[in-house]
Amino acid sequence: MNKLNPKSPAPDIPRRTIDIVNASLKRRHAQERRFRWIGAFAVGLGLAFVVLLFADIVSKGYTAFAQTYIRLPITLSTEVIDPTGTRDIAAISGANYNKLIRDALYQQFPEITDRSTRRQLNTLLSVGAPDLLREQVMGNFALIGTTSEIWVLADDDIDMLMKGYIDRTSAQEERRVSDETIGWVTQLEQQGRIAKHFNTIFFTHGTSREPELAGIAGALMGSFYTLLLTLILSFPIGVGAALYLEEFAPKNRWTDFIEVNINNLAAVPSIVFGLLGLAVFIGFFGIPRSTPLVAALVMTIMTLPTIIIASRVALKSVPPSIREAALGVGASSLQTQFHHVLPLALPGMLTGAIIGMARALGETAPLLMIGMIAFIVDIPSGFTDSATVLPVQIFLWADSPERGFVERTSAAIIVLLAFLFLMNLAAVLLRRKFERRW
Amino acid sequence: MSTTVEAMDKAMSVMSSVELASAQHSRETVGDFTADDPRMTCRNVDVWYGSKQAIKNVNLDIGKNEVVSMIGPSGCGKSTFLRSLNRMNDTIVGCRVTGSIKLDGEEIYDKGLDPVPLRARVGMVFQKPNPFPKSIYENVAYGPRIHGLTNNKAELDELVESSLMKAGLWKEVKDRLDQPGTGLSGGQQQRLCIARTIAVSPEVILMDEPCSALDPIATAIVEELIDELRQNYSIAIVTHSMQQAARVSQRTAYFHLGDLIEVGETNHIFTNPQHKLTEDYITGRFG
Repeated sequence: MNKLNPKSPAPDIPRRTIDIVNASLKRRHAQERRFRWIGAFAVGLGLAFVVLLFADIVSKGYTAFAQTYIRLPITLSTEVIDPTGTRDIAAISGANYNKLIRDALYQQFPEITDRSTRRQLNTLLSVGAPDLLREQVMGNFALIGTTSEIWVLADDDIDMLMKGYIDRTSAQEERRVSDETIGWVTQLEQQGRIAKHFNTIFFTHGTSREPELAGIAGALMGSFYTLLLTLILSFPIGVGAALYLEEFAPKNRWTDFIEVNINNLAAVPSIVFGLLGLAVFIGFFGIPRSTPLVAALVMTIMTLPTIIIASRVALKSVPPSIREAALGVGASSLQTQFHHVLPLALPGMLTGAIIGMARALGETAPLLMIGMIAFIVDIPSGFTDSATVLPVQIFLWADSPERGFVERTSAAIIVLLAFLFLMNLAAVLLRRKFERRW
Repeated sequence: MSTTVEAMDKAMSVMSSVELASAQHSRETVGDFTADDPRMTCRNVDVWYGSKQAIKNVNLDIGKNEVVSMIGPSGCGKSTFLRSLNRMNDTIVGCRVTGSIKLDGEEIYDKGLDPVPLRARVGMVFQKPNPFPKSIYENVAYGPRIHGLTNNKAELDELVESSLMKAGLWKEVKDRLDQPGTGLSGGQQQRLCIARTIAVSPEVILMDEPCSALDPIATAIVEELIDELRQNYSIAIVTHSMQQAARVSQRTAYFHLGDLIEVGETNHIFTNPQHKLTEDYITGRFG
């Protein structure tokens, strides 16, 4: 026990300071412990929700990275594909691949001969299977005239069945796949003719009405073009504006007014920027809608306040002694800024820019207003091609009723989160790299 | 009890000077503020921060090849006055300078005068060593490079070497010119800043308490350096150390609450001050 704490102080002796301190000590320590517990609990709760979110998305989305294919011995007869034998590209691309695939399929089920059952048999395969086979043949003419085992894309219902999302034991009326189809699939499984492969289509194709043919390549390219142009436009303008406001502008009522407005702009709901883009860029300037160009212009206006504010903070944090040193040897204001202040402020500015870009990458609402919500199958190849972006694609897929789009929605979210994570990582690394002040 | 009386006296004298300040009467400077061969001449200089007057009607010359030290209690305006000599105060919002400050007969606050070449002619060394976060070489080469003082790399190398020599730093850093200037010790950093200043061959060097962040050994080195630099430059130095003022300067100016109270030969000021305030200050009775 504490020796300084007398066991029974006489009532008439005035209490010593140390006794008063000791008396409150227990309560103070308890307070501190309580606060620590509350803090740890809050952090734990936050982490738990993050883990829950990721677990949910990954558990729903990981299956989209595999896709069901059916292996069929397809006879790529010369008569059908290249009747003239001249390897004429127009003829080869116009050939009836659908027939080739169906013939191969019917071969597997020789007992089925009537038209209606055969039509049902056809639903095992994706409607996009002939196009995929055409691409394969166009890429390798040596296949023409041979019979080879080719993995043909299965329909999304079969894919769902294979992934276990459709319960084979439930009543037939309650599922999208008939008993007959399940029987065929089981037969193919036994022959080892049906299997799941890595889903390259998801990364190489644009969107589609058919889940098994839908990919994120179009949305990814749209996001890439939009972000690239946004960065090109907003970083120099933002840094320039911050430099001017912080270092050159006279401090008067006008600059106060501008500063207040920049801070307000940073808090404006993003959909308002979408309306502005619709009215000004599309309505007034006539820039084509749904393009990365107009999206980038809207995103630029949206991210500028963030970049300006971050850049001004970075400039403010540069010690004034550096400015004095440069001015003292006779550097002009501009030389002082560009030779000494800007290099020191750059890490902060880059961080601000990347955070702004990350926000732009995840932004959906303003893009809905400028037509990025359009259903665009083609992968954009420039700033003025119609395009959509990743978050809008997620929004569109989440709205689709097919079971196959559920896993694709989650998979696209995984890709989006991966890019956001990479961007934040880049921000940290850039900061580390440039922050070396010797 | 006598100490209490003295303290009261001191308080009274400060109070009276505050009253004087608020009345904005400038006091007559005691002593001869002119120099025989002036490089800079300041006449009736007032400096204002907004509505507050920091410097009141100051007249002072800085002569060729001399060191003028400025002493006085904190907040007396000596740094403000020094910074108005190369228009460093231009960067402070609301700072206004009136009166006449001439460098070689040329008015430096003239509307048409560009402060950039002025600061190349009137260099400055600051209280806290502030080398650029670049290499030692780059620190010294920066000034000559932006002004285009050299034609090629060899000339620049030579200029960097001679500047570091004059600052007495060459021997210590010649093998590590590519090392960061911020990695040097405090005293070395301050000499690097001096080398950086003299690399652009200024006519006048302003030093704002250059040794206040240095230990006594580094201070001795810098003081020796100041004495050597006097051969080629005019130097105005602000210092809190009266011993330093006595050691390095030929003339001393005593500032008090924005007034220039007394100017004179350094040994006169310290041995035979004319004004009561000067005497109180140098004998350590206040300030």
